[in-house]
Amino acid sequence: MAAHLKKRVYEEFSKVVQIPHEETPAKKLRLSKPSKSAALHIDLCKATNSTDALQYLLQFARKPVEAESVEGVVRILLEHYYKETDNSVRLKIASLLGLLSKTQGFSPDCIVDDAINTLSNEKSHQVLAQLLDTLLVIGTQLPESPALRLRLVEVAYKHLSDTYFGVRNKCLQLLGCLGMVDAPLGKENEGAGTSLGGLRDVQSIISDYFGDQDPRVRTAALKAMLQLHERGMKIHQIIYDQACRLLTDDYEQVRSAAVQMVWVLSQLYPESIVPIPSSNEEIRLVDDAFGKISHMVSDGSWMVRVQATKTLGSMLQVSPHFLEQTLDKKLMSDLRRKRTAHERAKELFASGEFSSGRKWADDAPKEKLDTNTVNLIASGACGAFVHGLEDEMFEVRIAAVEALCQLARSSPSFAEKCLDFLVDMFNDEIEEVRLQSIHVLREISTHITLREDQLDTVLAVLEDSSRDIREALHELLCYTNVSTKECIQLALLELLKNLNKYPTDRNSVWKCLKFLGSRHPTLVLPLVPELLSTHPYFDTPEPDMDDPAYIAVLVLVFNAAKSCPTMPALFSDHTFRHYAYLRDSLSHLVPPLRLPGRKQVYGLDSVDSGPGSGSVESAQLFLQQSLNRVSTIQNLEAPGAQDLLDLTIRDLLRLGELQTELAGAADFCATYLRCQLLLMKALQEKLWNMAVPLCLKQNVTATAAAQQILEETYKLEFLYSGLESRQVATIHHVRLQAKALQLVLTARTRQGLDLLIGSCEKFLQDVESFQRLFLTELPHLQDSFVDKLLELMPRLSSCKPVELVKILQTTLRQSGLLQLRLPEQIHRATATIIEPTGESDNPLRFTSGLVVALDIDATLEHVQDPQNTVKVQVLYPDGQSHVIHPKPGDFRKPGPHRHRLITQVYLSHTAWTEPSQIEVRLLLAYSSSSTSLTSPSKLGWSESLESLPPAEAAVEGTIPFSKAVKVFIMPKPARR
Amino acid sequence: MLDCGMHMGYNDDRRFPDFSYITQNGRLTDFLDCVIISHFHLDHCGALPYMSEMVGYDGPIYMTHPTKAICPILLEDFRKITVDKKGETNFFTSQMIKDCMKKVIPLNLHQTVQVDDELEIKAYYAGHVLGAAMVHIKVGSESVVYTGDYNMTPDRHLGAAWIDKCRPDILISESTYATTIRDSKRCRERDFLKKVHESIERGGKVLIPVFALGRAQELCILLETFWERMNLKAPIYFSTGLTEKANHYYKLFITWTNQKIRKTFVQRNMFEFKHIKAFDRSYADNPGPMVVFATPGMLHAGQSLQIFKKWAGNEKNMVIMPGYCVQGTIGHKILNGQRKLEMEGRATLDVKLQVEYMSFSAHADAKGIMQLIRMAEPRNMLLVHGEAVKMEFLKGKIEQEFSIDCYMPANGETTTVTTNPSVPVDISLNLLKREMALGGPLPDPKKPRTMHGTLIMKENSLKLVSSEQALKELGLNEHQLRFTCHVQLQDPHSDADTLHRIYTHLKSVLKGYTIQHLPDGTVIVESIVIKVSSSAEDSNTKVLLLSWSYQDEDLGSFLSSLLKKGLPSGIC
Repeated sequence: MAAHLKKRVYEEFSKVVQIPHEETPAKKLRLSKPSKSAALHIDLCKATNSTDALQYLLQFARKPVEAESVEGVVRILLEHYYKETDNSVRLKIASLLGLLSKTQGFSPDCIVDDAINTLSNEKSHQVLAQLLDTLLVIGTQLPESPALRLRLVEVAYKHLSDTYFGVRNKCLQLLGCLGMVDAPLGKENEGAGTSLGGLRDVQSIISDYFGDQDPRVRTAALKAMLQLHERGMKIHQIIYDQACRLLTDDYEQVRSAAVQMVWVLSQLYPESIVPIPSSNEEIRLVDDAFGKISHMVSDGSWMVRVQATKTLGSMLQVSPHFLEQTLDKKLMSDLRRKRTAHERAKELFASGEFSSGRKWADDAPKEKLDTNTVNLIASGACGAFVHGLEDEMFEVRIAAVEALCQLARSSPSFAEKCLDFLVDMFNDEIEEVRLQSIHVLREISTHITLREDQLDTVLAVLEDSSRDIREALHELLCYTNVSTKECIQLALLELLKNLNKYPTDRNSVWKCLKFLGSRHPTLVLPLVPELLSTHPYFDTPEPDMDDPAYIAVLVLVFNAAKSCPTMPALFSDHTFRHYAYLRDSLSHLVPPLRLPGRKQVYGLDSVDSGPGSGSVESAQLFLQQSLNRVSTIQNLEAPGAQDLLDLTIRDLLRLGELQTELAGAADFCATYLRCQLLLMKALQEKLWNMAVPLCLKQNVTATAAAQQILEETYKLEFLYSGLESRQVATIHHVRLQAKALQLVLTARTRQGLDLLIGSCEKFLQDVESFQRLFLTELPHLQDSFVDKLLELMPRLSSCKPVELVKILQTTLRQSGLLQLRLPEQIHRATATIIEPTGESDNPLRFTSGLVVALDIDATLEHVQDPQNTVKVQVLYPDGQSHVIHPKPGDFRKPGPHRHRLITQVYLSHTAWTEPSQIEVRLLLAYSSSSTSLTSPSKLGWSESLESLPPAEAAVEGTIPFSKAVKVFIMPKPARR
Repeated sequence: MLDCGMHMGYNDDRRFPDFSYITQNGRLTDFLDCVIISHFHLDHCGALPYMSEMVGYDGPIYMTHPTKAICPILLEDFRKITVDKKGETNFFTSQMIKDCMKKVIPLNLHQTVQVDDELEIKAYYAGHVLGAAMVHIKVGSESVVYTGDYNMTPDRHLGAAWIDKCRPDILISESTYATTIRDSKRCRERDFLKKVHESIERGGKVLIPVFALGRAQELCILLETFWERMNLKAPIYFSTGLTEKANHYYKLFITWTNQKIRKTFVQRNMFEFKHIKAFDRSYADNPGPMVVFATPGMLHAGQSLQIFKKWAGNEKNMVIMPGYCVQGTIGHKILNGQRKLEMEGRATLDVKLQVEYMSFSAHADAKGIMQLIRMAEPRNMLLVHGEAVKMEFLKGKIEQEFSIDCYMPANGETTTVTTNPSVPVDISLNLLKREMALGGPLPDPKKPRTMHGTLIMKENSLKLVSSEQALKELGLNEHQLRFTCHVQLQDPHSDADTLHRIYTHLKSVLKGYTIQHLPDGTVIVESIVIKVSSSAEDSNTKVLLLSWSYQDEDLGSFLSSLLKKGLPSGIC
């Protein structure tokens, strides 16, 4: 027993020793900077075997080293390096040297000599490779020293003949990164090459290793050559043949690098002439390279295929003849020529027959082919894209689609040709590919006009269940040119079908028809009677105005009518009425029309119907005039002031609705004026002259007004983008007024003195911080509430609360209206919830206690940083409310200032007896601290920021900025 | 033995291969090292139970996992039809199929299996049907690739065939479509889907007669994904039976399918169909649109024919023939546009429904075959599984494009292919190192280097060793071979002076060689001894005696020719 105890004591004792042994160096390292190297030295000396030393080095590598102590550390490491016999430790030291020389502010030229010296004595290949890597790092750190560069290149050359592939790799890398193509490739250097490394041209040295026995070295050689090219060295054309030979290498990484190499050369020497082997002909190098790379599209390795396909897209100088070959495919069946489905479709279309059912042997082979002319292995570019688009891996297919896009954009005739293939890709099994090909088609759509049969295929995709695909297709249709009126009809029909199937696509479909109409007015014209179902003799029933399909038709017709003055003559009476209605309700979709004999009725429209910019200008003028009118109100109690404000607010709101460009500005002004109006009402004379107990009711309204003003100011500050500091100051000023009002009201209602003192102090703090925040803006705020307040400040801070309140009261009432200046661009953040629509009568049933996922789809406009600010609020009938933060990945950005939120929120509740509605809305979260950090920093007062009291800065809240949508839900009790 | 199929066209002995070709009379097991089955189609595995159980074979049978799973189902089905329906005797039994399957060893893709000491096989993906494989068979340095049936274009459920650059001596390839280049699959698929979709929208019923395995699954996937994409609601039915079992295996062998299915199966296994349900006879009379897959594929019997009869009268309906139809079947008739069909019992059937033809074949076309050749880079080519005329064309093309020999043996014909086998020789490390040390540090792959050594062939093994070691090993004495020659030289000096002059001359000519002037009156260059003696008649004519060993032949002959020219006069 005793022995056992003793043993345990020893055990523990030995542990105790070990722990500080490991701890102390760490502490030392942290405490004193210069001792870092010393600590390392001690560590390394302490290490009894290589494993220990390795451990120390690993620990050491985890901590950063300051620039000034790097050199010392390097010396220690080198010293240890010479002593060390174990390869792995030396390897680690070598890698540490590389890491250390990357340290910011440390110039590694002092260790070059040592590093080179170590190379000559090193036996282990791995360590050699690592040392060369270190030299590479050093070399790239010191790009400005030709002498060093020369030395390193020499070193690299000396070790190129090493038997270990890693060393050769690193040497080639060094050559690629540092070598210069100075000496021309000449015969006279070749003999001397063995003894005088530096003299030979780097490029020819590297190209020697294109034939190395190790594929890794071959790859490294190609990469080194590419590196040379990237550094701006001129690569010689001689390499072309060698690179082409490497295209048939056994190893994929070599082939992949070779593809790049060939591409680079084709870009460097596109016009030089190369002979075609086994014939006397010669072709341009870029064509030859194009052919060779096209060949790689049917390579065995998909990585190479992707590489080759991508590369093809950027070879724009290739001759059209070769380019068109990439889409070539000659079909045959039993040695007889067959027409492709594309050709058949084209002929079918040309013959005027459309979509007859397929007949047996419709694709029967035609003429007999001469066996000699059939080329099975397509030499050159033949059918490269046909292969690429049918590839097994979707990565290749996407690359092919993108390459097609790039080539088609630069060549209209090619665009025309690749149309069929792109349209075929709409049927790919992977959504990404389908989406990409739709996007591509849109990009090249300026070059092309869709044939009817092609359009038919395109339109078939409208029924796709993926919203992204459908919307991409709508976008595509917006830009497409079609050839006949049947096409228009077809498109309309399919779009209506789509609308019927997916009612949520309404807006997108309407928008699409708007463009379709305005693009093809002449094609729409003959269709009008049919579309509007008018009849020369009979009156047809008036269609339902709320039918989205009917609206869709009208959008098409009205947009076509804009540039086709004869069209309105075909309209029936109700069409004009519907026009007026739609022009009003969907003004962004329905253009202003010049309708015969109806000018007087649509006077407003004809004013607007001038060129777009003019109407915006006039609206702007109107806005400015209204603001000027308001600014004439000097005294808040002037008679008629309130009415004027009321009217102006109404005008502004209406203006915002009519002129979408100015909606933000108009809303902003209206809200601001409403704040002023509220303030004005709250300060009405009668109220203040009465004794306190008599005006309890008025007090309540005033308190509510103050509260509302506060809320509105937050909205003003955070809901609008494009505000300048001047506006922010004005907003804060209003907020200060509201706070003053609140203070006055508290003083009047509550008798508790402590509370009052507290509020007073807080108010004074607010004033101070306002002064600090908007020091630069104060000159603009003359004669305002705050201006007066600041004059009285010395008095205020010393006086009693009651006195303060009195002063505030008078100042508030005497201060004039602060005029609002409008910034250039001001936009209101808006959100529209597209889904759920809130129209469903079927409750969403789920078991109580469990969750149900509700899909939410919303568009957000002019929201900055929606990932952090936009939240979803769910309000249950019992008043419970949940705020859900959507994931950052749920936001997409379809356009500038536009975001799309597609997310799911989880609902849950205890059981209800019957279904009821919950409300879903979007909130914009704000925090005054966040803006006071961002916006003022522009103003250049950030030095005062540090003294800002943090309590004041962090007012957080949310602003609902979308209409609430009601969702019918029904949590059922769980069955047991 | 590669594949063990049967001929579908015969009902007598000719349907199975004649195994006596191999054995004459003896046990099959003695002649075959193993049997490799490429995929589960009956023309590739139909005779397997017959061979292993009735003819008698006990060796290993290799096939991939999916083939092993599905093959017995097909064999059993085939047995049922021949024995139970047609009442044939002398056919293999269910038990035989089971016993046969017990002999099967499953293969994984890219797994090298050592069949015996010499033979190793490796399977590659072949597309075509689930579990189809190409096999690389290797003995020593000689190898053969057998493709079975393969497909170079991916389809909706399988990927494309792939093989690495294994450079086999012979590539045995199928050549079903030797003279065909097919249009892109996408057009056909789109057409197919459009047809079905239009018919469904009209409220029509669509009948797709299929054979149970392979294409049927592809069409199912195609329709299933289309239904999913387009959010369609019309029901799709699949006639039950053997397919259900097969579908089950398709679900299990996800790794054998294409990229899309492999990537999405974590969310949902594509073969767990959402829209496709099992068919019941009574459904055929249900109102409204529907799509039905029914067997067999040529409308000659069974469920597909029954449904066809029911639906043929309505022009809204449609039948889509997804494959080839044999002459005489109803499928063939309607494809040729026949609108009135005579049924049994003099009844006629008016065909009003639309007839569509949509070919989905899973064989490589001519371009695909060429692509595979390019991938594998074989030294010789052997075409099988096709028609002679068509193969002739492809043969010409292959010989022209790749300049390799191409063979196309007829049944029973033997083809001899000469190969260049490389013979491995063990080399002793010491010798290698010594030779390495002589040359530069790096062996240059482009320049072969000669080395000296002794090749010992002993007990079926070859060894390259240094000559000393060889002597020691073989217990032989070393013989030295020396060449001596006399060179006459006109020189007026004394012997000793002449020798010295020779010494200085050689010293000036042969730099980098050790040249010694020994006191006993000889000059030694490396191992070459030179002596001088005056001739008896004329003291001015000196006779030089040169003697060198065989190893220094080069230097020796050089010296002799050098000295024959005489000494330059300027030497003292």
